[in-house]
Amino acid sequence: MTEKYEPKILAFLCNWCAYAGADLAGVSRFQYPPTLRVIRTMCSGRVDPLYVIEGFKSGYDAVFVSG
Amino acid sequence: MNIELLTNTQVQSIDGDPGHFKAKVRQLPRYVDISKCTSCGDCEKVCPVDLKSEYDEGLATRKAIGRKYTQAIPGTYNIQKSDPAPCLLACPAGLNVQGYVQMVKMGKYQRALEIIMEDLPLPGVLGRVCPHGCEDACRRCSVDEPVAIRDLKRLAADMYDPRDIVIECLPQREETVAIVGSGPAGLSAAFFLAKKGIKSTIYEALPQAGGMLRVGIPDHRLPPEILDKEIQVVTNLGVEIKTNTPLGADLSIDDLMKDYKSVFLAIGAHKGIDMGIPGEKVNGVVQGVKFLKEVNLTGKTKVGKKVAIVGGGNVAIDVSRAAIRMGADEVTIVYRRTIKEMPAFEEEIKAAQDEGIKIRFLAAPQEVIAEDGKVVGLRCIAMEMGEADSSGRRSPIPVPGSEFEIEIDQLIPAIGQRPDLSSLENITGLEISRWSTVETNDISFATDVEGIFAGGDLQTGPWTVIGAVAQGKEVAESIERFFDGTDMVVGRDPIRYDDPQYRPVESDEPLMAREAMPELPIEQRQGSFKEVELGYNEESGKKEASRCLNCSFCCECGECVTACLAGAIDHDEVVQEKEIEIGAVILTTGTDVFEPDKLDEFYLYNQSPNVLTSLEFERILSATGPTEGHLTRPGDDKEPEKIAWLQCVGSRDTNNCNNGYCSSVCCMYAIKEAVISKEHAPAGLDCAIFNMDIRTFGKDYEKYYERSKEQGVRYVRSRVHTITEIPETGNLLLKYVTDTGEIVEEEFDMVVLSVGMEASKSAIEMAKGLEIELNDYNFVKTDEIAPVATSRPGIYVAGVMQGPKDIPYAIMEASAAACSAGKDLVEVRGTLVKEKVFPTEMDVTGEEPRVGVFVCNCGINIGGIADVPAITEYAKSLPNVVYSEENLFSCSQDTQEKIAETIKKEKLNRVVVAACSPLTHEPLFQETMKNAGLNPFLFDMANIRNQCTWVHSGEKDKATEKSKDLVRMSVARASLLEQLKYLSVGVSNPVLVVGGGVAGMTAALNLADQGFPTTLIEKSDELGGSARQIKKTWKGEDVQSFVGDLIAKVKKHDQLEVLTNSEVVDAHGFIGNFETTVKVADEDRVIEHGAVVVATGGQATDTEEYLYGKNPRVTRWHDLEANLEKYPDANSVVFIQCVGSRDDNRPYCSKICCTASIQQALEIKEKNPEANVFILHRDIRTFGDRESIYQEAREKGVLFIRYEKDKKPVVTETKDGLEVSIFDPILQREVVIEADLLNLATAIESCDNKSVSSAYKLPVNAENFIMEAHAKLRPVDCVTDGVFICGMAHYPKPIGESVAQAQAAVSRATTVLTKQTVEVEPIVSEVNTDLCIGCGLCEATCCFSAINLKPVEGQGYKAETTSALCKGCGACSVACPQQAINMKHFKHEQIIAAIRAGIAAS
Repeated sequence: MTEKYEPKILAFLCNWCAYAGADLAGVSRFQYPPTLRVIRTMCSGRVDPLYVIEGFKSGYDAVFVSG
Repeated sequence: MNIELLTNTQVQSIDGDPGHFKAKVRQLPRYVDISKCTSCGDCEKVCPVDLKSEYDEGLATRKAIGRKYTQAIPGTYNIQKSDPAPCLLACPAGLNVQGYVQMVKMGKYQRALEIIMEDLPLPGVLGRVCPHGCEDACRRCSVDEPVAIRDLKRLAADMYDPRDIVIECLPQREETVAIVGSGPAGLSAAFFLAKKGIKSTIYEALPQAGGMLRVGIPDHRLPPEILDKEIQVVTNLGVEIKTNTPLGADLSIDDLMKDYKSVFLAIGAHKGIDMGIPGEKVNGVVQGVKFLKEVNLTGKTKVGKKVAIVGGGNVAIDVSRAAIRMGADEVTIVYRRTIKEMPAFEEEIKAAQDEGIKIRFLAAPQEVIAEDGKVVGLRCIAMEMGEADSSGRRSPIPVPGSEFEIEIDQLIPAIGQRPDLSSLENITGLEISRWSTVETNDISFATDVEGIFAGGDLQTGPWTVIGAVAQGKEVAESIERFFDGTDMVVGRDPIRYDDPQYRPVESDEPLMAREAMPELPIEQRQGSFKEVELGYNEESGKKEASRCLNCSFCCECGECVTACLAGAIDHDEVVQEKEIEIGAVILTTGTDVFEPDKLDEFYLYNQSPNVLTSLEFERILSATGPTEGHLTRPGDDKEPEKIAWLQCVGSRDTNNCNNGYCSSVCCMYAIKEAVISKEHAPAGLDCAIFNMDIRTFGKDYEKYYERSKEQGVRYVRSRVHTITEIPETGNLLLKYVTDTGEIVEEEFDMVVLSVGMEASKSAIEMAKGLEIELNDYNFVKTDEIAPVATSRPGIYVAGVMQGPKDIPYAIMEASAAACSAGKDLVEVRGTLVKEKVFPTEMDVTGEEPRVGVFVCNCGINIGGIADVPAITEYAKSLPNVVYSEENLFSCSQDTQEKIAETIKKEKLNRVVVAACSPLTHEPLFQETMKNAGLNPFLFDMANIRNQCTWVHSGEKDKATEKSKDLVRMSVARASLLEQLKYLSVGVSNPVLVVGGGVAGMTAALNLADQGFPTTLIEKSDELGGSARQIKKTWKGEDVQSFVGDLIAKVKKHDQLEVLTNSEVVDAHGFIGNFETTVKVADEDRVIEHGAVVVATGGQATDTEEYLYGKNPRVTRWHDLEANLEKYPDANSVVFIQCVGSRDDNRPYCSKICCTASIQQALEIKEKNPEANVFILHRDIRTFGDRESIYQEAREKGVLFIRYEKDKKPVVTETKDGLEVSIFDPILQREVVIEADLLNLATAIESCDNKSVSSAYKLPVNAENFIMEAHAKLRPVDCVTDGVFICGMAHYPKPIGESVAQAQAAVSRATTVLTKQTVEVEPIVSEVNTDLCIGCGLCEATCCFSAINLKPVEGQGYKAETTSALCKGCGACSVACPQQAINMKHFKHEQIIAAIRAGIAAS
């Protein structure tokens, strides 16, 4: 392991707030690590606990739900 | 599609009547094509012009191209321009000075030269010898010194070889031109002719080309290699120069006219003018021009030891400096005027003096003294400046008897030149002026002989190089027209700018000294013709260029044109005048903000950087502001520890400014700023708000105020009278008097001025033009009972143009104005509505997915960081992908069309666009899908810009990898997408209004007037509501006649049914389809309707305080009026405010009581000026121009005494009246008032709204007022779609606001009622009834009552979705233990596929 550990993060973002926030971070050119993979949902209420488990099963190191 | 937005547009006039107006508008160009601009921002990055950002209140800069702020509508860019800059106007050749100066600033020398060489082929030459009239015109002169424009031009030519600039030439035409003379005019003409495709040959009499540039200017000023290089610029275009070929015996004009179609004479003015004194023909006297010619051509000439030169122009100076270089011991210039009048360049005179040349000012030569035919001396006479003549010019006159002699061995007269016409003598028809110049047409420079043109010094007499260049260009244009046979003059008149408009010079523009030009040391100049001025280096050049004020805003450097890959920029757009046919007009032009400069002596706004306006402070707090939300002060970037807000700056002030009104919003925003500051800053930030009254009268505002106190915001009741700056720290010392009379001095790090609103100057002008009445403060005048109607029928007003107000109220008024305008246009409603037609949709159900992937470069926004070709190639390898391509801009019009074509050609049935955000662009691409005949839900976006390249710009490889992952996730999801249909629900257009007060009746009447069958239900037995108790509005309008009118109209309207003694019992359904059960006098009746307006009203509360109900002298609200009649001798009346408001029980302000009590107090004073009237209050909240009656009351002697919440007045009964005791905070003692009457302003509460709120599922706030969908942006919409709110059911408010809100509710309701159907988003839940066990968890989870259990015969209960109510959140789906509920378009399998695809298969 020579490379720095960079956790792969799966993010569920609410269409109305967090996803728009992530867009705004882009408009503002805020820089953050390129290890986040985003799935847009119509509400964070859509995020079934099964999806979180599915995320870990698929190989993500962390799951981030924001809404 | 049905809103046409005209930006940069001003209304010139509006003629006609309601329903049939014609508006003349003037639209200024934005220079950016909205249909092409993709808002990628590439133009902004290359724009060199930095201007103060208005959006950031001048605390940050912006570019000349850009948009005001990220969310601006339209989001496309815009260029700010004004008239051509003064430097350009001053330049005879019209060089775009600002443009090339900006390019030098950016270090883009090639581009600078390209700009220069648009108008001038000799940049390095003019960069040295131009007399730079532009610098005299430079507006920087008013700040310090002009920009060194000439030296910057030279720097550009020093840094980049002008010969390497590509000159675009048209294809060569047949006709050719002969040019006589290779000076600046000839070279310039040849250059511009070549660009026009016209070949020319230059005939030069001398052995070398360049004319006066070659022979008239010594090498120390213009090195010959520079001239050679730039002559090559011309000859490289195919121009031939024949030297040693003078006009004369061997070459006549006739010869030339045989071989060429046209001849341009540009032989210059090379003949020196004699002085006209005795002895000037003797040996040792040589003309200056001849002297210089010899030096320049041969490098040698005869030079004396003691040389005198006569003259004061550049030639005299050049001769003197050449003479000293050639070995003269003593050089003297004799000039008859003073240094002030000397026409030579100032820097040249200085350099000559530095080199040891003497100048005898005020001396004129009288006679050359010769011995043996050789000059030995010059007799001169001293001169003095005479009186000014009629032209204001002073001429030198000889001083009698002042003759003197100077000893010389060479005399060089340099008093002027004129053309040598000997070679032109044979041309018949050529007209010669008395100054030996050739006469031509002023514009075309055509002589009287057809085909022969003349220019340069030959035409003007001795003039500037740049003037000659300019004429050469004009002549080229004339010759082209002559060849084309078109008029040589038409359309060429110079454009005059009598009152040019420029970027204002800021009063605080920082001083910057002009960069000094490095020079060859004096000791190295002797005997050498090395160039003296060495030219700027890059660093000083950039610094010097940054001094340019950018007078024209945009510098037209053209960098944006090159950067814009979408080709959206067009610098040639022009102003457009349009006439628009319209039916109604709504004015919403806003206000200006009070400028505290006017009160600078008190507030130090201009003097201290740490005194800010509230708007500037707002920007500092903003994450997108100049400090990115970091709270620091502008003076020294220090984090403040103490901040003071000063309220009422420019409001409630008739002493220092004429703004007697309250600006209504400042208290709230100051509190907000203080609270946010405390949140932003480290603990311990001290925020103090200095105020006279805190006016938090809006819905839930008082609670916010109270909460701010808990958070530690301090409120100081005082108007600060002096601020001084402490120079050492930049802190500010505030001096103020407390309530108790104590004088306090307190130091703050920062002071924020809570500036008020002021009628905007342009709005005042427009209103006057449109003949619309304004009030005393220049806001648009309206009546309280018709709050959005202006004095001109058919023209309505909304927002702060009518008077200061907050956002919710402005939005409410906007809807109200839309209602009023809509009412005027009922008959033509819908006639101009445009609807888009799409091709029939293909059914792709069951087909194998064929995914097409379109990867956008977004100019360089994506492609500049991620490897777009690699992503595109990668996409091809993904399952189901049958096509992929990259686009420059996927969203551009032409790409859209291309995508639609590709969908058809490649038979795609799923589309993925990898570009920006679906939040902004999904609708656009979904429309493309529809245009290609595909269902729009078969589309997905991979957000590889906002959420990838923009946020990982430093990690290009990783951004590429992430983009690939995002595309893979999107393709995985897209492959599983299903086509969905919008659900369409029919709308029934009857409407129900609940509540028969002013708001309800206004709403009902407006709805019925627009043709909607309306039912108005009122729970009491009569209409009118609480307004029945009010006599007059605060503006004095008769409320009873207004209400009476309303009732009469409501009752007789044939579209309106009134049900009194009625109440809502129950309601079902959703937007467009409600079924409401109304109990009408004990009978239930079901009404079907499409929308509902809730106006259940409010009422004054009862109280047990202050002997109310126990003593007949104590009344409430309007009961006072009856008591005044009952006690006609009452001479002392006391009002107590906030009875039951703003306390723990009702923590809100009832908003209308202060105005109402003052109004009553004034009436008492009017009837009985001797009466003692007291108003006991906690803050006086006469917002807006109600402040004027507060002022009037004080003037008329009404006494206002403030009390604190915990020190309430105490009322006791006396033998013949009442005694009210109160602690007066100013006197700091208890005061006892003997009162005959006491009136209580009791709190206003909501009427009972329980049945309505539960029937329509309307949430209420803690105080039982019905909540709006969004407190600021949707102030009349309820949370339940199709339900609208107005009047006091929403919050206590004056009649005017109730009327406006009722109109607003109507306007919002008509957006539903005018439709045949409403479309329901298909992203809703669906139940698999086979799996559903009827547990009801979904029903319990849903906040919108959109999923309910329904009995199914034989199967118990099954869940069922009401799609029209479903918001698509998916909470039910997650709650379902059976996984029986799925969300359309966000299905389990689609999400799972995306999750799995996010991790690359290794």
